[in-house]
Amino acid sequence: MQPPPSALVFLERRGYRQRRMMDAIRLLPLVGLLLWLLPTLWAANGSDGVEPVRMSQAIVYVFGVWVCLILSAGTLWRYLKGSNDDVGTTEHAVKTDPK
Amino acid sequence: MASINLLIAVCLIYVTFLFLVAFAAERAAAQGRGNWLRSPLVYTLSLSIYCTAWTFYGAVGYAARSGMEFVTIYLGPSLVMIGWWWFLRKLVRVGRTQRVTSVADLISSRYGKSNVLAIVVTVMAVIGVTPYIALQLQSVTLSLSIFSDPTGTTDGGMNLVSAGFWVALGLALFTVLFGTRNLNANERHNGVVIAIAVEAVVKLVALLAVGIFVVWGVAGGLSEMMIRIDNSEIGQWQVDGSRWTALTVLSGAAFLCLPRMFQVLVVENDDERHLHIASWAFPIYLMMMSLFVVPIAVVGLDLLPENSNPDLFVLTVPLSQGQGGLAILSFLGGFSSATSMVIVATLALSTMVSNHVVMPIWLSFQGHGATVSGDVRNVVIFARRVSILVIIALGYLYYRVSGGSGALAAIGLISFIGVAQFLPAMIGGIFWRGGTRVGALTGLLVGFAIWIYTSLLPSFGPDVVLSSTLLEQGPFGIGWLRPQALFGIKGIDPTVHAVLWSLLLNTSGFILGSLISFPKPLERLQGAQFVNVFAHSGHAHGWSGSAAQSEDLMVMAQRILGGAEAQKLFRREAQNQGHDRYLPEPTPDFLQRVEREMSASVGAATAHAMISQLVGGASVSVQDLMAVADESAQMLEYSNQLEAKSSELFDTARQLRDVNAKLTQISVQKDAFLSQISHELRTPMTSIRSFSEILRDGNELKPTEQTKYASIIHVEAIRLTRLLDDLLDLSVLENGQVSLNSARGTLADVIVQAVTTTQAGAAKSLKIDTSRLEPEIELHTDLDRLAQVFINLISNAQKYCKSSEPELSISALKTENVICVFFTDNGLPIPIETHALIFEKFSRINDQDGSGAGLGLAICREIMVRLGGGIDYVTFEGGNRFEVRIPI
Repeated sequence: MQPPPSALVFLERRGYRQRRMMDAIRLLPLVGLLLWLLPTLWAANGSDGVEPVRMSQAIVYVFGVWVCLILSAGTLWRYLKGSNDDVGTTEHAVKTDPK
Repeated sequence: MASINLLIAVCLIYVTFLFLVAFAAERAAAQGRGNWLRSPLVYTLSLSIYCTAWTFYGAVGYAARSGMEFVTIYLGPSLVMIGWWWFLRKLVRVGRTQRVTSVADLISSRYGKSNVLAIVVTVMAVIGVTPYIALQLQSVTLSLSIFSDPTGTTDGGMNLVSAGFWVALGLALFTVLFGTRNLNANERHNGVVIAIAVEAVVKLVALLAVGIFVVWGVAGGLSEMMIRIDNSEIGQWQVDGSRWTALTVLSGAAFLCLPRMFQVLVVENDDERHLHIASWAFPIYLMMMSLFVVPIAVVGLDLLPENSNPDLFVLTVPLSQGQGGLAILSFLGGFSSATSMVIVATLALSTMVSNHVVMPIWLSFQGHGATVSGDVRNVVIFARRVSILVIIALGYLYYRVSGGSGALAAIGLISFIGVAQFLPAMIGGIFWRGGTRVGALTGLLVGFAIWIYTSLLPSFGPDVVLSSTLLEQGPFGIGWLRPQALFGIKGIDPTVHAVLWSLLLNTSGFILGSLISFPKPLERLQGAQFVNVFAHSGHAHGWSGSAAQSEDLMVMAQRILGGAEAQKLFRREAQNQGHDRYLPEPTPDFLQRVEREMSASVGAATAHAMISQLVGGASVSVQDLMAVADESAQMLEYSNQLEAKSSELFDTARQLRDVNAKLTQISVQKDAFLSQISHELRTPMTSIRSFSEILRDGNELKPTEQTKYASIIHVEAIRLTRLLDDLLDLSVLENGQVSLNSARGTLADVIVQAVTTTQAGAAKSLKIDTSRLEPEIELHTDLDRLAQVFINLISNAQKYCKSSEPELSISALKTENVICVFFTDNGLPIPIETHALIFEKFSRINDQDGSGAGLGLAICREIMVRLGGGIDYVTFEGGNRFEVRIPI
């Protein structure tokens, strides 16, 4: 989609930050997927010569990632809610007029 | 120790409480005080129907069997929620703008409102979800049985089958009562949603309570619990990487595709911002639900005998510790999980069944469908209620037939794989405009077939549906078709195998089918609408409203939406259109809106069919547009023809006007000619008469006088004769009665003859110069007539050339197809204003003595016209020039 002629190429600070937050929101599930797929590389019970990962460690890891993701998502939500109520319903970040 | 009777009483009280809550919520919504019912919190809690009795009981059993793997069932949905921006945001927007009622409706609507697709998805959903409903019945009855036999080793003293029946009946009643009270999907399930939210809280609190009791009450603290976990039989990481990945993906896919999840995520969504909040709030819920699963499993494995059912640890652990109250709370949690799932799942399925199977059939039986009498709403609601009963009955039947066998988790996963088959068509439909109906159908059918073959049928065990030889060696001994080792790839976990092949081939089928087929216009329009939903949340396609009558629409809308609702809609539309009448004009926009409102009640395909019955199938398709274009092209051509004709007529009229003007002119000329001719005739006649009278009466006239008078009479008679000759000549020429005697000769001869004729007996001498005349110009024409013209011109020069030394130069010029002869004298030029008149009859210019009749040049012109040439006067410096054109 072509931006309207009046669209700004460079946003002022607030709009810029907002867009980077959007990027973070988009990135977050990928980070989560990556972190949660890491356990597939762990040594499982029965691998020779390697001490298997203990269950308590696994629980701490999985739930730790979970908490981090939730906190990040919540923080991003708070940030975007404060700056723009309409966020998430517009395709592109709302362009704020620098004036 | 809680008795069965106490438990049943608690259940009844709990259900009554839910009824009251649901009823109060409906009341509040009806009175407009229902805003709090649609809060982000309620939305998030309603999503918890993802956590069914399977996750409530089964997760612990799953953990006791395979350690941490159970958590993948929660990881997938968490990722989907956290990644709401990628998919859910668009899905919810599409669902809201298109007024989608179910996952079948979404897919059917996207691919050109295809009813076939809707039916396929509905059937698949029913087949996929029925085991799941059976699972809930099973878990509720199992948990009931635990209280009569706390060890969980046998079925206990109660009749599980009849217990299952009563549970099923109760669930059916609740669903019917609150799910089908009114029709419009948009505000219909306030009661159900709030009941689900309450149940979500109950099951979370129950599980947390059991977990806290286990960690701090039994194990004695967090660190002790961790040590205990590490020392237990599941204390080491033993997860298969492929299963971990596949189950995470699968649960995420199922989270989107499960009909009940679609119902709460998309259909019941009231505000897109709720989704944003739920994106982090729902993962919290999921995390808390799974937080104490491993501890409960570990403690259960520690405390309870070897052969106890790990699926029921949530109940049996508190019971074994004498915590009857906690056990009852836990039971209520499991009961809540089961009931909420069954209610929403059957609701979603019944919507699909009634909209996509019953309504189309009913409509086709009705013939003219919506226009016949009867309240469609009653039909829809009735169809929905029957569907609910049928679906729960199917679940019960499955439960009876399967005998409540198998671990809970296994059945749940099979169900997940089944519904995950919707995913390619869904994602492709929302992100890829190229997806077509054929592709979606291919993908769904391929995926579903593979699911049945690799997952559902083998799940019954060897020799139940598929023989063990088939499982071992493939159908007809074809090894690469073995249900659990397709294409000869062995050693994959059966679940991973089924997920991998079904989704892979499903996606391939979808993409290939889409690539090679060509979508219908409606599919393409809907595709653009879905994919570009953020660019234009506009209308799906246009109806041409001319054929639909507002009255018919009103009648139909009332039947679907209900009287008050429909009247409100129509009234508002009429106001929007800016007039006071009760019924709005059936504009395409309005038809669009009515269809969308109706699709919220009966589904897109049905609503589309009903409107098209009214409008007479006048939905604007590309074919229609082409027809219209054709028609306009024809009209354009017709109008061009008309224009051409009109200009032709205009031309004709102008010609007629010209002709008329000419006729008038001719008439004037004729009058002038007559008066001229009478004048010309009278002048000599007067002389002749008067002189002849003098001669008759004057006896004393001298002979000289007599001679003089007689010669005057003679001259006048000659003049009269000449005039009459000329007139006759002219008349003959003008009437075209002259016959031409064509002959060959040279121009020089003709001119010499003319000069000789004119100079004989001429009074004064005119010097005629013919030196520049080429002698060799051949002629083939009427030479006598031509000579007459030349004689005329020469004698005119003789008469009128007023010069001291009159001179006439005759020259000729031969071109390709005409010979021009120029007669140039050195006399006084004819005044410009009389140029146009010199060839007219009786026009005498510079004729002071009045001897000419003024017919000479007129005769010349007539002769030349007859000969096919022409004569013109050419303005010439210091004289006059006549140009005679003779055709060759």
